[in-house]
Amino acid sequence: MNTIFVEMKDIVKRFPGVLANDQVDFTIWRGEIQGLLGENGAGKTTLMNVLYGLYQPDGGEIYFEGRKVQIRTPRDAIRLGIGMVHQHFMLIPRLTVAENILLGLKSPREPFLTIEGAEERILHLSTEYGLKVNPRARIWELSVGEQQRVEILKALYRNTKLLILDEPTAVLTPREVEKLFEALNRMKKQGYAIVFITHKLKEVKEITDRVTVLRNGKVVSTLVTEETTESQLARLMVGREVSFQISRPVVPKGQRVLEVQDLWVLNDKGLDAVKKVSFSIQEGEIFGIAGVSGNGQKELIEALVGLRKVEGGRIWIREKDLTNAPPQKILEQGVGYIPEDRLKVGLATRLSVAENLILKRYRDPELSKGGLFRPEKIKSYAKGLIDRFDIKTPSLDTPASKLSGGNLQKLVLAREISQEPRLLLAAQPTRGLDVGATEYIQAKLLEQKQKGTAILLVSEDLDEVLNLSDRIAVMYEGQMVGIVSAEEADRQKIGLMMAGG
Amino acid sequence: MGLKVLVPVAVVLLALGAGMIPLLATGNDPVVAYIALFQGALGSKHGITETLVKAIPLLLTGLAVSFPLQARFWNIGAEGQLYLGAIAATWVALTLTPFPAFILLPLVVLSGFLAGALWGLIPALLKTRFQVNEIILTLMMNYIAINWSNYLVHGPLKDPKGFNFPVTAVFPEAAWLPRLPGTRLHAGIILAVMMMSFIYFILRKTRLGYEIKVVGANPQTARYAGMDLTKILLLVTILGGGMAGLAGVGEVAGLQHRLRKDISPGYGYTAIPIALLGKGHPLGVGLSALLFAALFVGGSNMQQTTKVPVALISIIQALVVLFVVAGEALLGRLSEARGPLQVRRGDPTSPSYDARRTAD
Repeated sequence: MNTIFVEMKDIVKRFPGVLANDQVDFTIWRGEIQGLLGENGAGKTTLMNVLYGLYQPDGGEIYFEGRKVQIRTPRDAIRLGIGMVHQHFMLIPRLTVAENILLGLKSPREPFLTIEGAEERILHLSTEYGLKVNPRARIWELSVGEQQRVEILKALYRNTKLLILDEPTAVLTPREVEKLFEALNRMKKQGYAIVFITHKLKEVKEITDRVTVLRNGKVVSTLVTEETTESQLARLMVGREVSFQISRPVVPKGQRVLEVQDLWVLNDKGLDAVKKVSFSIQEGEIFGIAGVSGNGQKELIEALVGLRKVEGGRIWIREKDLTNAPPQKILEQGVGYIPEDRLKVGLATRLSVAENLILKRYRDPELSKGGLFRPEKIKSYAKGLIDRFDIKTPSLDTPASKLSGGNLQKLVLAREISQEPRLLLAAQPTRGLDVGATEYIQAKLLEQKQKGTAILLVSEDLDEVLNLSDRIAVMYEGQMVGIVSAEEADRQKIGLMMAGG
Repeated sequence: MGLKVLVPVAVVLLALGAGMIPLLATGNDPVVAYIALFQGALGSKHGITETLVKAIPLLLTGLAVSFPLQARFWNIGAEGQLYLGAIAATWVALTLTPFPAFILLPLVVLSGFLAGALWGLIPALLKTRFQVNEIILTLMMNYIAINWSNYLVHGPLKDPKGFNFPVTAVFPEAAWLPRLPGTRLHAGIILAVMMMSFIYFILRKTRLGYEIKVVGANPQTARYAGMDLTKILLLVTILGGGMAGLAGVGEVAGLQHRLRKDISPGYGYTAIPIALLGKGHPLGVGLSALLFAALFVGGSNMQQTTKVPVALISIIQALVVLFVVAGEALLGRLSEARGPLQVRRGDPTSPSYDARRTAD
């Protein structure tokens, strides 16, 4: 039963500025569930996208049952029997389950659609693997767990023999996770090969037979799951090296600026994203939250800035209860926000650089009197910020969309920091930026800290969190699983917490 | 700034160029046809004033569409708002007949503006409260307005001396908008140009204009910056509807001096390509309105002298819309792509949309 099915050798995949896969070897056997473990950006999804034909590798080869193959498009992959279920489903809400499953397939009686035969086959597959779903139901009627089953059935229907699942449990309730694992085990017994991409150690231990750990694009190790422990896997995932230490200035701590108590927040899908989180931040302190993206950090910050509803618990900013207060009130307290998705929330890309820079101050009498703008003042204000923060732009009136990522982030930073905020909420502030911009942003954050600003730093870059923070917390599945001071912070331990250990 | 002017000009030239194809296909000489077109519109004093006469409602309704669009509100209801303005103006003129001009005329104009504003406000309120899609709503309300007007001219407001035609009585002269002697060009043009300047002033120089632009560019960011989306939406639709109402006033008090059936040949709808071509700039809308007005007027001359049917004008208008949209797509400025399975929980551009709301 355990014969080699697919072999990926020396896979190299480059994107501008990053080596996503660095000579990766990955072998999949029939009848096994292999875990692909690593932090965000380790290269797991990229590797599988290469296997599925969504990306073309820059180097390396793929062998299918001993035969060398070229997988140029997903169609090639499907023809070989490889199926992939992505994190973001690709279903059409208005059509039925059967119609979605048949999407793209040729009907035996072209041009007529033969739904009944398909429905029968779907029912058969669904009972055989415990993936219960009604073929006549429309997608928008289904729960997320059921929709995922449709995605899996889509693959099974196409005679997949190798199923790739990308972080499948991210959107499921614990009960649905159980059912999924039952189904996967059944498939395994039937000889399917399954690749399970995840960053959760518990799941690796529960469902996989073998596990490959990726870090920074390289394979760290491939192990038999039974023969390893969660802590060993965590160590492999985050590495043992001592990270480069930025000299962190010591600042006497001041008053409490932010206090969060027993906070509960839901995500867009209505599930608990933040579960009973409590912490506080003082003046002149950088409080870092480490953790793989998707464990509630985004929702936490959105709740703090007033863009997301708080379901339970309280938020105090500078001693004032601002739970569920509108953003305007929160900003009035001197809160700055560097959003994770700067294009979506922080900026109006159609407008000019100057117009974006004044976003928080346009009501100031200095910039606008009696409803009218004072163009000269605005110009000089904007120019001042551009010089101070070294924002590279052709002119003040250039639409913001033309700026590079790094300069956009500097724009957001300039706008927020120039307000002399008392509390700065920074979500993934250096994500997607080159080394120069990253260093700049990090230096500016430290500068702010010295001025007495309290900073909440959320970052999936563990090095960044370790280097900049005075205290570090880890968020996993919505909970804050530990708060340690920088001196006590042990890289392995944090890595373990990040992955659920 | 250069590119912003270049694109609409290119669109117009392309549309005119593409308009030659149906001409050639039907065995007509495009050059002769186009010459007749432009001569008719701009070749004589009569042509020029008639072009301006047509430009008045086109500019006003064009602004009525363009201005709310800056805040991402699609006002497809300019036609209905025009009718409401006409109805209100008519009612005031025929009811308050004995009043002298310096009282009656401003009342007529004001009532038209307010009626149009109201007609625009209703869909905006519904959008604010219930996140209803405004495109369908404003469109449907057009039919209500048009049919109401037609009912009035067939029934309650029908002119007893009108030989049973669906027209109202002629307005008292005190309610007539003054005209340039010897032409049909009425004072509506002053209103139109005033509104155009006013809108320009708002958008360019005021805080409100800035807020409108931010809401239009990214409602989430606007919310974050503490802007009151509801207030902004209501303000733009009041102004927009009001301007369309003024177009109605112009037609009944300036041009026809009475209300008749089908007082508008679809100005409120033509306003949409005009607004798109103007790309949010009031002056751009003005120039587009002039262009379309010229096409209208020149078109009938073209039909008379070259036998090319006036339908060609409709073709060119449609091509303008097509090319404007294609242009936007090419320049990659169409709205951000949605995630594959984003269940729509209301319209994100509605002020009452709560991104903080969770599953229902």
